[in-house]
Amino acid sequence: MNAALAAGLVLLAGLSLLVGAAGFGVPDGIILWQLRMPRTGLALVIGAGLGLSGAVLQGALRNPLADPGLLGIGGAAALGGVVVFYWGLSAAFAPALVLGGLAGAAAGCGALLAFAGRAPSGPAVILGGIAVSSLAAALLALALTLAPNPFALAEIAFWLMGGLEDRTLTHLAIAGPLILIGLGILLRLGPSLDALGLGEATAASLGRPASRTLIWTALGVTLAVGPGAAVAGGIGFVGLVVPHLLRPWCGQAPSRVLGASALAGAMLVLGADILARAGPLLLPLQAEPRLGVLTALLGTPVLIALSRQVRA
Amino acid sequence: MKIDAAYVALGGRPVLHGVSFAAGPGELVALCGPNGAGKSTLLKFMAGVLPGGRPEPRHTAYVEQGARSAWGLTVAEVAALGRIPHGDRAAAPIEQAMRVCGVWPLAGHRVDRLSGGQARRAMLARAFATAPDTYLLDEPTADLDPAAAHEIMALLAETARSRTVIVVLHAVELALRYATRLVVLQNGRITADAPPTQALPAAAAAFGLPYGVDPEYRLLPP
Repeated sequence: MNAALAAGLVLLAGLSLLVGAAGFGVPDGIILWQLRMPRTGLALVIGAGLGLSGAVLQGALRNPLADPGLLGIGGAAALGGVVVFYWGLSAAFAPALVLGGLAGAAAGCGALLAFAGRAPSGPAVILGGIAVSSLAAALLALALTLAPNPFALAEIAFWLMGGLEDRTLTHLAIAGPLILIGLGILLRLGPSLDALGLGEATAASLGRPASRTLIWTALGVTLAVGPGAAVAGGIGFVGLVVPHLLRPWCGQAPSRVLGASALAGAMLVLGADILARAGPLLLPLQAEPRLGVLTALLGTPVLIALSRQVRA
Repeated sequence: MKIDAAYVALGGRPVLHGVSFAAGPGELVALCGPNGAGKSTLLKFMAGVLPGGRPEPRHTAYVEQGARSAWGLTVAEVAALGRIPHGDRAAAPIEQAMRVCGVWPLAGHRVDRLSGGQARRAMLARAFATAPDTYLLDEPTADLDPAAAHEIMALLAETARSRTVIVVLHAVELALRYATRLVVLQNGRITADAPPTQALPAAAAAFGLPYGVDPEYRLLPP
Protein backbone atom coordinates (compact mmCIF):
# COMPACT_ATOMS: atom_id res chain seq x y z
CA MET A 1 0.00 0.00 0.00
CA ASN A 2 2.70 2.46 0.99
CA ALA A 3 4.73 1.56 -2.09
CA ALA A 4 1.72 2.26 -4.34
CA LEU A 5 1.08 5.58 -2.59
CA ALA A 6 4.75 6.53 -2.91
CA ALA A 7 4.70 5.69 -6.63
CA GLY A 8 1.57 7.80 -7.10
CA LEU A 9 3.21 10.62 -5.20
CA VAL A 10 6.30 10.56 -7.44
CA LEU A 11 4.06 10.68 -10.53
CA LEU A 12 2.09 13.60 -9.11
CA ALA A 13 5.27 15.45 -8.18
CA GLY A 14 6.51 15.02 -11.74
CA LEU A 15 3.19 16.27 -13.09
CA SER A 16 3.32 19.18 -10.68
CA LEU A 17 6.59 20.39 -12.21
CA LEU A 18 4.95 20.40 -15.65
CA VAL A 19 1.83 22.45 -14.82
CA GLY A 20 1.65 26.16 -14.07
CA ALA A 21 0.56 29.59 -15.22
CA ALA A 22 3.00 29.28 -18.15
CA GLY A 23 1.00 26.30 -19.41
CA PHE A 24 1.66 22.57 -19.66
CA GLY A 25 5.07 21.22 -20.52
CA VAL A 26 8.67 21.47 -19.40
CA PRO A 27 9.16 25.07 -18.25
CA ASP A 28 12.09 27.39 -18.40
CA GLY A 29 14.79 26.74 -15.77
CA ILE A 30 13.98 29.80 -13.68
CA ILE A 31 10.27 28.97 -13.55
CA LEU A 32 11.10 25.40 -12.64
CA TRP A 33 13.45 26.30 -9.80
CA GLN A 34 11.97 29.53 -8.47
CA LEU A 35 8.26 28.76 -8.80
CA ARG A 36 7.37 25.13 -9.34
CA MET A 37 9.98 23.48 -7.15
CA PRO A 38 9.10 25.41 -3.98
CA ARG A 39 5.41 25.01 -4.72
CA THR A 40 5.71 21.27 -5.21
CA GLY A 41 7.99 20.81 -2.23
CA LEU A 42 5.75 22.82 0.07
CA ALA A 43 2.64 20.95 -1.06
CA LEU A 44 4.41 17.66 -0.30
CA VAL A 45 5.63 18.48 3.21
CA ILE A 46 2.52 20.45 4.23
CA GLY A 47 0.18 17.70 2.99
CA ALA A 48 2.24 15.00 4.69
CA GLY A 49 2.20 17.01 7.92
CA LEU A 50 -1.57 17.47 7.83
CA GLY A 51 -2.38 13.86 6.90
CA LEU A 52 -0.05 12.36 9.50
CA SER A 53 -1.16 14.79 12.23
CA GLY A 54 -4.78 13.78 11.65
CA ALA A 55 -3.92 10.08 11.90
CA VAL A 56 -1.87 10.53 15.08
CA LEU A 57 -4.45 12.79 16.75
CA GLN A 58 -7.24 10.33 15.99
CA GLY A 59 -5.16 7.57 17.58
CA ALA A 60 -3.95 9.56 20.58
CA LEU A 61 -7.39 10.92 21.47
CA ARG A 62 -9.15 7.67 20.43
CA ASN A 63 -11.60 9.82 18.54
CA PRO A 64 -12.33 9.49 14.82
CA LEU A 65 -13.22 13.21 14.65
CA ALA A 66 -9.79 14.47 15.67
CA ASP A 67 -8.12 16.71 13.10
CA PRO A 68 -5.62 19.56 13.48
CA GLY A 69 -8.15 21.98 11.95
CA LEU A 70 -11.13 20.87 13.99
CA LEU A 71 -9.12 20.95 17.22
CA GLY A 72 -8.16 24.56 16.64
CA ILE A 73 -4.44 23.89 16.08
CA GLY A 74 -4.60 25.07 12.46
CA GLY A 75 -6.64 28.14 13.46
CA ALA A 76 -4.23 29.02 16.27
CA ALA A 77 -1.27 28.62 13.90
CA ALA A 78 -2.97 30.85 11.31
CA LEU A 79 -3.59 33.42 14.03
CA GLY A 80 0.10 33.30 14.96
CA GLY A 81 0.97 33.84 11.31
CA VAL A 82 -1.49 36.74 10.95
CA VAL A 83 -0.16 38.49 14.06
CA VAL A 84 3.35 38.38 12.59
CA PHE A 85 2.03 39.45 9.19
CA TYR A 86 -0.02 42.22 10.71
CA TRP A 87 2.81 43.98 12.46
CA GLY A 88 5.02 43.64 9.42
CA LEU A 89 7.49 41.38 11.21
CA SER A 90 7.50 38.91 8.34
CA ALA A 91 8.64 41.63 5.92
CA ALA A 92 11.52 42.56 8.22
CA PHE A 93 12.62 39.02 9.11
CA ALA A 94 11.67 36.17 6.79
CA PRO A 95 11.50 33.27 9.28
CA ALA A 96 9.18 35.30 11.55
CA LEU A 97 6.10 34.08 9.69
CA VAL A 98 6.98 30.44 10.29
CA LEU A 99 7.91 31.14 13.90
CA GLY A 100 4.58 32.89 14.39
CA GLY A 101 2.78 29.86 13.00
CA LEU A 102 4.82 27.58 15.25
CA ALA A 103 4.01 29.68 18.31
CA GLY A 104 0.32 29.66 17.43
CA ALA A 105 0.31 25.88 16.87
CA ALA A 106 2.16 25.38 20.15
CA ALA A 107 -0.49 27.44 21.96
CA GLY A 108 -3.24 25.39 20.30
CA CYS A 109 -1.53 22.11 21.22
CA GLY A 110 -0.93 23.38 24.76
CA ALA A 111 -4.63 24.07 25.14
CA LEU A 112 -5.33 20.61 23.74
CA LEU A 113 -3.02 19.01 26.33
CA ALA A 114 -4.78 20.93 29.09
CA PHE A 115 -8.15 19.61 27.94
CA ALA A 116 -6.80 16.11 27.34
CA GLY A 117 -5.19 16.01 30.79
CA ARG A 118 -8.59 15.55 32.37
CA ALA A 119 -10.24 13.21 29.88
CA PRO A 120 -7.95 12.15 27.03
CA SER A 121 -10.71 10.57 24.98
CA GLY A 122 -14.32 11.38 24.45
CA PRO A 123 -16.16 14.54 23.53
CA ALA A 124 -14.48 16.90 26.06
CA VAL A 125 -11.30 17.30 24.00
CA ILE A 126 -13.25 17.93 20.79
CA LEU A 127 -15.38 20.54 22.56
CA GLY A 128 -12.24 22.18 23.92
CA GLY A 129 -10.74 22.16 20.42
CA ILE A 130 -13.86 23.80 19.00
CA ALA A 131 -13.55 26.47 21.71
CA VAL A 132 -9.90 27.13 20.74
CA SER A 133 -10.88 27.16 17.08
CA SER A 134 -13.71 29.68 17.68
CA LEU A 135 -11.42 31.89 19.74
CA ALA A 136 -8.78 31.85 17.00
CA ALA A 137 -11.44 32.67 14.38
CA ALA A 138 -12.76 35.56 16.49
CA LEU A 139 -9.27 37.01 16.99
CA LEU A 140 -8.56 36.62 13.27
CA ALA A 141 -11.76 38.52 12.49
CA LEU A 142 -10.65 41.19 14.96
CA ALA A 143 -7.29 41.47 13.19
CA LEU A 144 -9.14 41.82 9.88
CA THR A 145 -11.44 44.60 11.13
CA LEU A 146 -8.48 46.47 12.61
CA ALA A 147 -6.38 46.04 9.45
CA PRO A 148 -4.44 49.24 8.70
CA ASN A 149 -5.62 49.52 5.07
CA PRO A 150 -7.83 47.73 2.55
CA PHE A 151 -4.82 46.10 0.91
CA ALA A 152 -3.68 44.53 4.15
CA LEU A 153 -7.26 43.36 4.71
CA ALA A 154 -7.44 41.76 1.29
CA GLU A 155 -4.00 40.22 1.68
CA ILE A 156 -4.78 38.62 5.04
CA ALA A 157 -8.22 37.41 3.93
CA PHE A 158 -6.72 35.92 0.77
CA TRP A 159 -3.92 34.26 2.69
CA LEU A 160 -6.39 32.70 5.12
CA MET A 161 -8.08 30.87 2.26
CA GLY A 162 -4.94 28.84 1.82
CA GLY A 163 -2.65 28.76 -1.17
CA LEU A 164 0.85 27.98 -2.36
CA GLU A 165 1.35 30.39 -5.26
CA ASP A 166 4.40 32.67 -5.20
CA ARG A 167 6.00 30.86 -2.28
CA THR A 168 9.77 30.84 -2.56
CA LEU A 169 12.59 28.42 -1.93
CA THR A 170 13.24 30.39 1.28
CA HIS A 171 9.80 29.41 2.55
CA LEU A 172 10.54 25.80 1.73
CA ALA A 173 13.98 25.98 3.35
CA ILE A 174 12.53 27.35 6.60
CA ALA A 175 9.31 25.36 6.88
CA GLY A 176 10.47 22.09 5.29
CA PRO A 177 13.01 20.93 7.90
CA LEU A 178 10.71 21.81 10.81
CA ILE A 179 7.84 19.85 9.28
CA LEU A 180 10.17 16.91 8.57
CA ILE A 181 11.26 16.83 12.23
CA GLY A 182 7.57 16.82 13.22
CA LEU A 183 6.91 13.95 10.78
CA GLY A 184 9.82 12.02 12.29
CA ILE A 185 8.43 12.42 15.81
CA LEU A 186 4.90 11.43 14.79
CA LEU A 187 5.95 8.40 12.73
CA ARG A 188 7.59 6.85 15.79
CA LEU A 189 4.38 6.95 17.85
CA GLY A 190 2.73 3.91 16.20
CA PRO A 191 3.19 1.32 18.99
CA SER A 192 2.29 3.88 21.69
CA LEU A 193 -0.96 4.71 19.88
CA ASP A 194 -1.84 1.03 19.43
CA ALA A 195 -1.19 0.40 23.13
CA LEU A 196 -3.33 3.37 24.11
CA GLY A 197 -6.21 1.77 22.20
CA LEU A 198 -6.35 -0.92 24.92
CA GLY A 199 -6.84 1.67 27.66
CA GLU A 200 -4.59 3.98 29.64
CA ALA A 201 -3.70 1.48 32.38
CA THR A 202 -2.70 -1.14 29.82
CA ALA A 203 -0.64 1.40 27.88
CA ALA A 204 1.11 2.44 31.08
CA SER A 205 1.83 -1.19 31.96
CA LEU A 206 3.46 -1.62 28.55
CA GLY A 207 5.72 1.33 29.30
CA ARG A 208 3.84 3.76 27.05
CA PRO A 209 1.88 6.01 29.46
CA ALA A 210 -0.81 8.18 27.89
CA SER A 211 0.69 11.38 29.27
CA ARG A 212 3.97 10.84 27.43
CA THR A 213 2.21 9.84 24.20
CA LEU A 214 0.09 13.00 24.35
CA ILE A 215 3.12 15.26 24.92
CA TRP A 216 4.99 13.78 21.94
CA THR A 217 1.82 14.06 19.88
CA ALA A 218 1.47 17.74 20.77
CA LEU A 219 5.13 18.42 19.98
CA GLY A 220 5.03 16.53 16.68
CA VAL A 221 1.75 18.10 15.57
CA THR A 222 3.04 21.59 16.44
CA LEU A 223 6.07 21.07 14.20
CA ALA A 224 4.19 19.26 11.44
CA VAL A 225 1.26 21.71 11.20
CA GLY A 226 2.47 25.10 12.49
CA PRO A 227 5.01 26.04 9.80
CA GLY A 228 2.68 24.84 7.04
CA ALA A 229 -0.27 26.85 8.34
CA ALA A 230 1.96 29.94 8.50
CA VAL A 231 3.32 29.52 4.97
CA ALA A 232 0.21 28.29 3.17
CA GLY A 233 -2.72 29.56 5.26
CA GLY A 234 -5.81 27.51 5.97
CA ILE A 235 -5.92 24.09 4.31
CA GLY A 236 -8.69 22.07 5.88
CA PHE A 237 -10.09 18.54 5.84
CA VAL A 238 -6.85 16.77 4.91
CA GLY A 239 -6.10 15.44 8.39
CA LEU A 240 -9.68 14.39 8.97
CA VAL A 241 -10.36 12.66 5.65
CA VAL A 242 -7.08 10.92 4.85
CA PRO A 243 -6.90 8.41 7.74
CA HIS A 244 -10.55 7.39 7.23
CA LEU A 245 -9.92 6.84 3.54
CA LEU A 246 -6.95 4.60 4.29
CA ARG A 247 -8.28 2.40 7.12
CA PRO A 248 -10.24 0.03 4.87
CA TRP A 249 -7.00 -0.61 2.94
CA CYS A 250 -4.33 -0.47 5.63
CA GLY A 251 -6.14 -1.87 8.67
CA GLN A 252 -7.66 -0.29 11.75
CA ALA A 253 -4.62 -0.12 14.03
CA PRO A 254 -3.36 3.46 14.36
CA SER A 255 0.20 2.33 13.60
CA ARG A 256 -0.88 0.93 10.24
CA VAL A 257 -2.19 4.22 8.84
CA LEU A 258 0.64 6.53 9.92
CA GLY A 259 3.03 6.20 6.98
CA ALA A 260 0.20 5.91 4.48
CA SER A 261 -1.50 9.02 5.92
CA ALA A 262 1.64 11.09 5.40
CA LEU A 263 1.92 9.89 1.78
CA ALA A 264 -1.79 10.27 1.01
CA GLY A 265 -1.94 13.69 2.68
CA ALA A 266 0.93 14.83 0.48
CA MET A 267 -0.87 13.40 -2.58
CA LEU A 268 -4.13 15.13 -1.68
CA VAL A 269 -2.62 18.58 -1.17
CA LEU A 270 -0.33 18.29 -4.19
CA GLY A 271 -3.21 17.01 -6.35
CA ALA A 272 -5.47 19.86 -5.18
CA ASP A 273 -2.69 22.36 -5.91
CA ILE A 274 -2.19 20.95 -9.41
CA LEU A 275 -5.95 21.33 -9.95
CA ALA A 276 -5.73 24.91 -8.67
CA ARG A 277 -2.98 25.66 -11.19
CA ALA A 278 -4.71 23.86 -14.03
CA GLY A 279 -8.01 25.65 -13.31
CA PRO A 280 -7.27 28.86 -15.25
CA LEU A 281 -5.72 26.83 -18.08
CA LEU A 282 -8.74 24.57 -18.58
CA LEU A 283 -11.67 26.70 -17.44
CA PRO A 284 -12.59 30.33 -18.07
CA LEU A 285 -11.36 31.45 -14.64
CA GLN A 286 -9.79 34.83 -13.93
CA ALA A 287 -7.54 33.50 -11.18
CA GLU A 288 -6.47 30.24 -9.58
CA PRO A 289 -9.06 28.81 -7.21
CA ARG A 290 -7.72 28.86 -3.64
CA LEU A 291 -6.08 25.65 -2.42
CA GLY A 292 -8.02 25.64 0.86
CA VAL A 293 -11.25 25.93 -1.09
CA LEU A 294 -10.31 22.96 -3.29
CA THR A 295 -9.31 20.66 -0.40
CA ALA A 296 -12.63 21.48 1.26
CA LEU A 297 -14.53 20.83 -1.98
CA LEU A 298 -12.71 17.51 -2.43
CA GLY A 299 -12.95 16.59 1.23
CA THR A 300 -16.61 17.26 1.92
CA PRO A 301 -18.14 14.60 -0.34
CA VAL A 302 -15.61 12.05 0.91
CA LEU A 303 -16.52 12.93 4.47
CA ILE A 304 -20.23 12.58 3.76
CA ALA A 305 -19.65 9.18 2.17
CA LEU A 306 -17.54 8.10 5.14
CA SER A 307 -20.07 9.30 7.71
CA ARG A 308 -22.29 6.43 6.63
CA GLN A 309 -19.62 3.86 7.51
CA VAL A 310 -17.93 5.34 10.57
CA ARG A 311 -19.23 4.14 13.88
CA ALA A 312 -18.01 6.60 16.46
CA MET B 1 6.56 -9.33 43.41
CA LYS B 2 6.58 -7.54 46.74
CA ILE B 3 4.72 -4.54 48.08
CA ASP B 4 5.12 -2.87 51.42
CA ALA B 5 2.47 -0.91 53.28
CA ALA B 6 0.63 0.43 50.25
CA TYR B 7 -1.57 3.41 51.03
CA VAL B 8 -3.58 4.54 48.02
CA ALA B 9 -6.25 7.20 47.78
CA LEU B 10 -8.15 7.79 44.55
CA GLY B 11 -10.04 11.04 44.13
CA GLY B 12 -9.55 11.86 47.82
CA ARG B 13 -11.10 8.55 48.92
CA PRO B 14 -8.70 6.15 50.65
CA VAL B 15 -8.81 2.77 48.89
CA LEU B 16 -5.88 0.81 50.32
CA HIS B 17 -4.83 1.09 53.97
CA GLY B 18 -1.28 -0.15 54.30
CA VAL B 19 -1.45 -3.37 52.32
CA SER B 20 1.74 -5.46 52.39
CA PHE B 21 2.24 -8.71 50.65
CA ALA B 22 4.74 -10.66 48.60
CA ALA B 23 4.45 -13.45 46.05
CA GLY B 24 7.00 -15.39 44.06
CA PRO B 25 7.32 -17.94 41.26
CA GLY B 26 5.26 -21.07 41.76
CA GLU B 27 2.38 -19.17 43.30
CA LEU B 28 -1.08 -18.55 41.89
CA VAL B 29 -2.52 -15.93 44.20
CA ALA B 30 -6.24 -15.20 44.07
CA LEU B 31 -7.40 -11.81 45.33
CA CYS B 32 -10.98 -12.06 46.55
CA GLY B 33 -13.30 -9.65 48.23
CA PRO B 34 -16.56 -7.79 47.76
CA ASN B 35 -17.03 -4.99 45.24
CA GLY B 36 -15.13 -1.88 46.24
CA ALA B 37 -12.73 -3.75 48.53
CA GLY B 38 -9.73 -2.41 46.58
CA LYS B 39 -8.77 -5.55 44.60
CA SER B 40 -8.42 -3.80 41.23
CA THR B 41 -6.61 -0.88 42.86
CA LEU B 42 -4.18 -3.26 44.54
CA LEU B 43 -3.52 -4.97 41.21
CA LYS B 44 -2.97 -1.59 39.49
CA PHE B 45 -0.65 -0.58 42.32
CA MET B 46 1.40 -3.73 41.81
CA ALA B 47 1.43 -3.12 38.05
CA GLY B 48 2.74 0.41 38.69
CA VAL B 49 0.03 2.01 36.58
CA LEU B 50 -1.42 4.27 39.27
CA PRO B 51 -0.21 7.92 39.16
CA GLY B 52 3.38 8.04 40.35
CA GLY B 53 3.82 4.28 39.86
CA ARG B 54 6.70 2.66 38.03
CA PRO B 55 5.67 -0.13 35.70
CA GLU B 56 8.21 -2.80 34.78
CA PRO B 57 6.95 -3.63 31.32
CA ARG B 58 9.33 -6.51 30.58
CA HIS B 59 8.82 -8.25 33.89
CA THR B 60 5.16 -7.61 34.65
CA ALA B 61 2.17 -8.03 32.35
CA TYR B 62 -1.08 -6.46 33.47
CA VAL B 63 -4.50 -7.14 31.95
CA GLU B 64 -7.17 -4.61 32.82
CA GLN B 65 -10.69 -5.59 33.84
CA GLY B 66 -12.92 -5.85 30.78
CA ALA B 67 -10.14 -4.49 28.53
CA ARG B 68 -11.31 -3.81 25.02
CA SER B 69 -9.68 -2.30 21.98
CA ALA B 70 -10.71 1.19 20.90
CA TRP B 71 -9.78 0.33 17.32
CA GLY B 72 -10.70 -2.70 15.29
CA LEU B 73 -7.39 -4.43 16.02
CA THR B 74 -7.08 -8.08 15.08
CA VAL B 75 -6.23 -10.77 17.61
CA ALA B 76 -2.73 -11.01 16.13
CA GLU B 77 -2.25 -7.23 16.39
CA VAL B 78 -3.38 -7.21 20.02
CA ALA B 79 -1.06 -10.11 20.85
CA ALA B 80 1.79 -8.30 19.09
CA LEU B 81 1.36 -5.34 21.46
CA GLY B 82 2.77 -7.63 24.14
CA ARG B 83 6.14 -7.30 22.41
CA ILE B 84 6.26 -3.49 22.82
CA PRO B 85 8.37 -3.69 26.00
CA HIS B 86 10.91 -5.80 24.13
CA GLY B 87 10.91 -3.44 21.15
CA ASP B 88 10.42 -6.23 18.63
CA ARG B 89 7.60 -8.02 16.87
CA ALA B 90 9.13 -11.47 17.17
CA ALA B 91 6.70 -13.83 15.47
CA ALA B 92 7.51 -16.94 17.55
CA PRO B 93 6.42 -15.72 21.01
CA ILE B 94 3.35 -14.01 19.54
CA GLU B 95 2.21 -17.19 17.80
CA GLN B 96 3.03 -19.25 20.88
CA ALA B 97 0.96 -16.92 23.08
CA MET B 98 -2.03 -17.11 20.73
CA ARG B 99 -1.80 -20.92 20.63
CA VAL B 100 -1.53 -21.23 24.40
CA CYS B 101 -4.54 -18.97 24.91
CA GLY B 102 -6.56 -20.79 22.26
CA VAL B 103 -7.01 -17.88 19.86
CA TRP B 104 -4.55 -18.95 17.15
CA PRO B 105 -7.44 -19.88 14.76
CA LEU B 106 -8.85 -16.37 15.31
CA ALA B 107 -5.56 -14.55 14.59
CA GLY B 108 -6.98 -12.48 11.73
CA HIS B 109 -10.30 -11.65 13.38
CA ARG B 110 -11.10 -8.23 14.82
CA VAL B 111 -11.19 -8.38 18.61
CA ASP B 112 -14.18 -6.00 18.82
CA ARG B 113 -16.26 -8.51 16.84
CA LEU B 114 -15.43 -11.54 19.01
CA SER B 115 -17.48 -12.88 21.90
CA GLY B 116 -16.61 -11.63 25.38
CA GLY B 117 -14.75 -14.81 26.25
CA GLN B 118 -12.72 -14.84 23.04
CA ALA B 119 -11.83 -11.16 23.46
CA ARG B 120 -10.62 -11.91 26.99
CA ARG B 121 -8.41 -14.69 25.66
CA ALA B 122 -6.97 -12.27 23.09
CA MET B 123 -6.06 -9.85 25.89
CA LEU B 124 -4.50 -12.74 27.78
CA ALA B 125 -2.48 -13.66 24.68
CA ARG B 126 -1.11 -10.10 24.73
CA ALA B 127 0.17 -10.69 28.28
CA PHE B 128 1.65 -14.08 27.37
CA ALA B 129 3.45 -12.60 24.35
CA THR B 130 5.46 -10.43 26.75
CA ALA B 131 6.67 -13.62 28.52
CA PRO B 132 6.89 -11.78 31.86
CA ASP B 133 7.89 -13.06 35.30
CA THR B 134 4.67 -11.84 36.88
CA TYR B 135 1.13 -11.89 35.50
CA LEU B 136 -1.38 -9.47 37.06
CA LEU B 137 -4.84 -10.29 35.73
CA ASP B 138 -8.03 -8.49 36.71
CA GLU B 139 -10.95 -10.92 36.56
CA PRO B 140 -9.74 -13.06 33.67
CA THR B 141 -12.79 -15.31 34.05
CA ALA B 142 -15.55 -12.69 34.25
CA ASP B 143 -18.39 -13.36 31.80
CA LEU B 144 -16.96 -16.72 30.79
CA ASP B 145 -19.09 -19.83 30.84
CA PRO B 146 -17.97 -22.35 33.49
CA ALA B 147 -16.08 -24.58 31.08
CA ALA B 148 -14.12 -21.64 29.62
CA ALA B 149 -13.42 -20.27 33.10
CA HIS B 150 -11.95 -23.62 34.16
CA GLU B 151 -9.85 -23.77 30.99
CA ILE B 152 -8.39 -20.33 31.67
CA MET B 153 -7.72 -21.15 35.31
CA ALA B 154 -6.03 -24.42 34.35
CA LEU B 155 -3.82 -22.48 31.94
CA LEU B 156 -2.92 -20.01 34.69
CA ALA B 157 -2.19 -22.82 37.16
CA GLU B 158 0.14 -24.35 34.57
CA THR B 159 1.81 -20.97 34.02
CA ALA B 160 2.20 -20.45 37.76
CA ARG B 161 4.51 -23.46 38.02
CA SER B 162 7.39 -21.30 36.90
CA ARG B 163 6.00 -17.74 37.17
CA THR B 164 4.09 -15.57 39.59
CA VAL B 165 0.39 -15.23 38.74
CA ILE B 166 -1.88 -12.90 40.69
CA VAL B 167 -5.55 -12.80 39.70
CA VAL B 168 -8.55 -10.88 40.95
CA LEU B 169 -11.38 -13.38 41.21
CA HIS B 170 -14.99 -13.08 42.21
CA ALA B 171 -15.61 -16.78 41.95
CA VAL B 172 -14.34 -18.22 45.24
CA GLU B 173 -14.84 -21.77 43.98
CA LEU B 174 -12.24 -21.16 41.23
CA ALA B 175 -9.81 -19.83 43.82
CA LEU B 176 -10.38 -22.94 45.95
CA ARG B 177 -9.82 -25.24 43.01
CA TYR B 178 -6.77 -23.63 41.38
CA ALA B 179 -5.06 -21.01 43.57
CA THR B 180 -2.13 -21.81 45.84
CA ARG B 181 -3.00 -18.83 48.02
CA LEU B 182 -6.15 -16.88 48.72
CA VAL B 183 -5.82 -13.26 49.76
CA VAL B 184 -9.03 -11.74 51.08
CA LEU B 185 -9.37 -7.99 50.83
CA GLN B 186 -12.03 -6.02 52.68
CA ASN B 187 -12.32 -2.23 52.94
CA GLY B 188 -8.77 -1.76 51.70
CA ARG B 189 -7.19 -4.18 54.19
CA ILE B 190 -6.03 -7.77 53.91
CA THR B 191 -8.15 -9.85 56.26
CA ALA B 192 -6.72 -13.23 55.31
CA ASP B 193 -3.68 -14.51 53.40
CA ALA B 194 -3.41 -18.29 53.50
CA PRO B 195 -3.91 -21.47 51.47
CA PRO B 196 -7.43 -21.26 50.03
CA THR B 197 -9.17 -23.71 52.32
CA GLN B 198 -7.79 -21.92 55.39
CA ALA B 199 -8.68 -18.48 54.10
CA LEU B 200 -12.21 -19.53 53.23
CA PRO B 201 -13.90 -18.42 56.47
CA ALA B 202 -12.45 -14.93 56.04
CA ALA B 203 -13.66 -14.89 52.41
CA ALA B 204 -17.09 -16.00 53.56
CA ALA B 205 -17.14 -13.23 56.13
CA ALA B 206 -15.99 -10.67 53.57
CA PHE B 207 -18.74 -11.66 51.16
CA GLY B 208 -21.24 -11.93 53.99
CA LEU B 209 -22.10 -15.45 52.91
CA PRO B 210 -22.20 -18.65 54.92
CA TYR B 211 -19.69 -20.55 52.78
CA GLY B 212 -18.63 -24.07 53.39
CA VAL B 213 -16.69 -26.36 51.08
CA ASP B 214 -16.89 -30.06 50.26
CA PRO B 215 -13.98 -32.31 49.25
CA GLU B 216 -14.77 -31.71 45.57
CA TYR B 217 -14.26 -27.98 46.15
CA ARG B 218 -17.93 -27.27 45.65
CA LEU B 219 -19.30 -24.46 47.73
CA LEU B 220 -22.02 -25.50 50.13
CA PRO B 221 -24.17 -23.71 52.61
CA PRO B 222 -22.99 -24.89 56.04
